[in-house]
Amino acid sequence: MIELIAGKYNYWIYICLMMIGFYAIIAKGNLIKKIIGINIFQSAVFLFYISISKVRGGTAPILWENAVLYDNPLPHVLILTAIVVSVSTTALALALVIRIRKEFGAMEEDRIAKLRSDGP
Amino acid sequence: MTEHFPALLVILPLLAAVLIPFSPAAVKRSAWHISFASAAASLALAARLAWETFALGKVSYWFGGWAPPWGIEYSIDPLGALLLLLTAFVTCAALSYSRAAAPAELAAERLPYFYSCMLLFTSGLTGIIITGDIFNLYVFIEIASLAGYALIAAGRRREALVASYNYLILGTIAATFILLGIGYLYMAAGTLNMADLRERLPQVYHTKTVLTGFAFLVVGLSIKTALFPLHIWLPDAYTHAPSPVSALLAATGTKVGIYAMIRVIFTVFKPEFNPSTVPMTVILAGLACAGIIYGALMALAQTNIKRLLAYSSVSQIGYIILGAAISNQTAMTGSLLHIINHALMKASLFMCAGIILMSTGAEKTGDLKGLGRRMPLTMAAFTAAACSLAGLPLTAGFISKWHLALGAVEAGLWLVVPVILAGSLLTAVYFWKIIEPAYFSPAGERRPVRPEAPAGMLAPAVLLAALGVALGLAAHFPALGAGRAAALLLGKP
Amino acid sequence: MSGRGCGGNLIIKTVSGFLIPFIQLFALYLAAHGDLGPGGGFQGGTIFAASLILYAIVFGLDEGREKVYEKAAGVMAAAGVLVFGGIGLLCMAAGGSFLQYSSLLPGKVKTAYHLGIYGVEIGVGLAVAGALLLLFMKTAGSRDD
Repeated sequence: MIELIAGKYNYWIYICLMMIGFYAIIAKGNLIKKIIGINIFQSAVFLFYISISKVRGGTAPILWENAVLYDNPLPHVLILTAIVVSVSTTALALALVIRIRKEFGAMEEDRIAKLRSDGP
Repeated sequence: MTEHFPALLVILPLLAAVLIPFSPAAVKRSAWHISFASAAASLALAARLAWETFALGKVSYWFGGWAPPWGIEYSIDPLGALLLLLTAFVTCAALSYSRAAAPAELAAERLPYFYSCMLLFTSGLTGIIITGDIFNLYVFIEIASLAGYALIAAGRRREALVASYNYLILGTIAATFILLGIGYLYMAAGTLNMADLRERLPQVYHTKTVLTGFAFLVVGLSIKTALFPLHIWLPDAYTHAPSPVSALLAATGTKVGIYAMIRVIFTVFKPEFNPSTVPMTVILAGLACAGIIYGALMALAQTNIKRLLAYSSVSQIGYIILGAAISNQTAMTGSLLHIINHALMKASLFMCAGIILMSTGAEKTGDLKGLGRRMPLTMAAFTAAACSLAGLPLTAGFISKWHLALGAVEAGLWLVVPVILAGSLLTAVYFWKIIEPAYFSPAGERRPVRPEAPAGMLAPAVLLAALGVALGLAAHFPALGAGRAAALLLGKP
Repeated sequence: MSGRGCGGNLIIKTVSGFLIPFIQLFALYLAAHGDLGPGGGFQGGTIFAASLILYAIVFGLDEGREKVYEKAAGVMAAAGVLVFGGIGLLCMAAGGSFLQYSSLLPGKVKTAYHLGIYGVEIGVGLAVAGALLLLFMKTAGSRDD
């Protein structure tokens, strides 16, 4: 049992973070807070990728003087790409929120729902 | 030069998309010309590539000259070629429709950005279709989705912004699920190339890692394809988007999502993965059937034309997924045929809805009284497309639904057949709600601003609808291509 | 964004005035180092954009310069993508596949890869710096709404 928790602690952290982010997306009514939730949610997955790239006893994947084992660099590169995607998504979401706030004068989901002309 | 076509197909619209908004004013003014030229060039490249693919069976392109599985591979098989051609064609039609439609719905200074997003969207879709690398797939899904969110937000009403935001939140959850699924598959197999995954995964099919990865991928892609009950973003998004965008998204966006799903289920995983560990067929077919009926019933309850069409999309997506879930040769052929049919018809229908909105301001089904006599061409195109979607004989829809029903019978799924028929019947009923007032009611007070829309808008709508009828009459030709693609997908020679 | 930035605080202005050149130098170092060591155009571009954003926050931008900044950022982003795509197409024209640098200098594979990656890193750096700057200008720059 201890082994299951302590031995794989980074995976537990990733699951907890992911659920925290997911909760924020679902439960928060404020549009900005939802975006923060999305960011936590995505960061959790980044952590997962970094975890799987670790090789026991390996070092950073750069040409060192006397290194034998290297960590897998591929997931790092993938995550760099995913971070770019995440940044673009966040930027677009923030831009949308700015315009929603301008048009509706509100940033809470329930208030916007009341202001809409066509119902949910 | 022809060997570079797979790369050029993605790069050309991408470069054009970046070029347009940051150029001198003279270039910006001709934004439409540049984007249309790019789309037309893509169509030519796609046609040539499709021809080559059907001749050779498979075309592969190595990025940077690195051999797969180490490098990124682009690979096109007949299924990819079909979708490539479809996407390029519908994009061309949507862009030529935009020339008159976009200035009517958007502010002039936003037009260059609008066309740029259209090109980015197609570039992403093309990438999804031709990539042979599963992480590349994720990146292209996000390129297309981000452009899609921006396009939806360009709608006239402020509700478009909320629709776009909600789609963005759901779409990002979906994308993150896809990313996570890819991570699990990479963890289990140590490769990202789809063909390589196909070879390596069977040894670890029994592990929970692969199962988890598969589940995340399928759920993520289900959100992107708006499979019932994960469709909630779709009706709002399609209703409030500008009409060229609705046409483009409904025709290509969800279809390419379905394509990605088919790729994951049938190319990355072998068909035998599904029955042995998870009852995929039962789950997907059940959801698809529920979606067919639910979408049709919701469409029946709508009074807004675009919202009705959006719910109709939910129903038709159910048909396509159903064929893929049954996964025998006949049903798969029907599913692929329905992808083509629905893409062409729904694009035409949304274009007609946009034309009606522009000429008469009518958004509700009740406002259409007597329109059949005032705008005969628009309503004729609308009626033809609706008939094809409902699956009337002599149209493309009949052929696809016939194959689907036949496939279900072959698989022994008798319960599915009445659902297919009921869905078709409901489709006819909800389209009747639009066609009946247009043709059989005396003219209402609403007078169109002009008798018919500009030819630039009308032509693509009529062309697409006519193509639906033509494909129904010459059913042999598309069925042959789709049959070949389906056979290759299912691993039969 | 317009006006005096953060109220003309002397300490912040002095410290950032001192730091910004070094940040930019570090950004260029990272960008130039991308082909062989950790770093690269992406990281370099991000840090470069951060230094410009710091400048804009601390010293403020008047309306005219705001426009120039925005225009320049857009051109930078587009130019970056064009450099990347251009190098790829150049490889294609030289007979290789997209981004196959070895086709650029036949016979000298190592140098070709070196130069090719270098060019691509510059493109990536430009695009990232331009895009981040543009995002900042577009979201923070419109105070009147």
